Amino acid sequence: MSTTGINWFKYSSPATFYPLAGRMIPWFAGLAAVATVAGLYLGFFVAPPDYQQGDAYRIMFIHVPAAWMSMFIYVVMAGYAALGLIFNTRLSAMMASALAPTGALFTFLALWTGALWGKPMWGTWWVWDARLTSELILLFLYIGYMSLEAAIDDPRRASRASGLLAIVGVVNVPIIYYSVEWWNTLHQGASISFDKAPTMADSMLAALLVMTFACWMYAIAVVLARVRCIILERERHSEWVLEVLEEERR
Amino acid sequence: MSWSEFWAMGGYGAYVWGSYGVALLLMLMEVWRVRQRRRTILHRLGRIQRRSGRRVEHEA
Repeated sequence: MSTTGINWFKYSSPATFYPLAGRMIPWFAGLAAVATVAGLYLGFFVAPPDYQQGDAYRIMFIHVPAAWMSMFIYVVMAGYAALGLIFNTRLSAMMASALAPTGALFTFLALWTGALWGKPMWGTWWVWDARLTSELILLFLYIGYMSLEAAIDDPRRASRASGLLAIVGVVNVPIIYYSVEWWNTLHQGASISFDKAPTMADSMLAALLVMTFACWMYAIAVVLARVRCIILERERHSEWVLEVLEEERR
Repeated sequence: MSWSEFWAMGGYGAYVWGSYGVALLLMLMEVWRVRQRRRTILHRLGRIQRRSGRRVEHEA
């Protein structure tokens, strides 16, 4: 252990990360709850109806955060998978594995809420345009990652194989993001971009950002809870697991 | 604005609440499944502990 400053590598050990994650979960869960209430209040009671779409546009406050999360989580998952492959750190592979179901959930939500928004606005639940198709491929990537990992019994080999799939699949993320610029899509362009001033009302933007924050906090809380399960599952024969459990019971 | 107007969402109620309802449902299901997973592994660890002759009972 180093004597000066914080030793970050300390937290890459499952034994030290397990209790740390346990202490962080209530904070993230609490922030998620508060931000959800605030975001829904802003989105449904403060933001005015859209002059073209009426109240249907309020689907945006869940659709856009879900779509952003689906891509961010994939990139983070692939990053952890890469760390796990390069440095052979156990915790990285566990984090990648813990992120996948939540990423898949947000991907499904983006597609589901998109269909429910598309029907009244475009007149169709689904079109095979570049944005929708690449987002559907993202869902298949998450499902493929989870199935591959579940299909191999040895956890080390499982995370190596599924990690490789996650890394290769990351090329899909910029395709999703830029699809609305590269191709002529029915889907509209970016809701918020870095080089243009926002085109929506301040209250709409506030609701969108608060809901995005809520999704982040929810995702972190649930992923930390899941990685704690994975740590226990994979380290169940280690002495520290039994010690930590006895300590938690006190 | 009355509550019935609010739930109607200008005629788009089914689409709006269908979106938020499914989002809420899936998130609750995910939290529930993680809880189940924790309970399962804690039971399993309890058996391992018993076999190695240590203390037994668990909270989920």
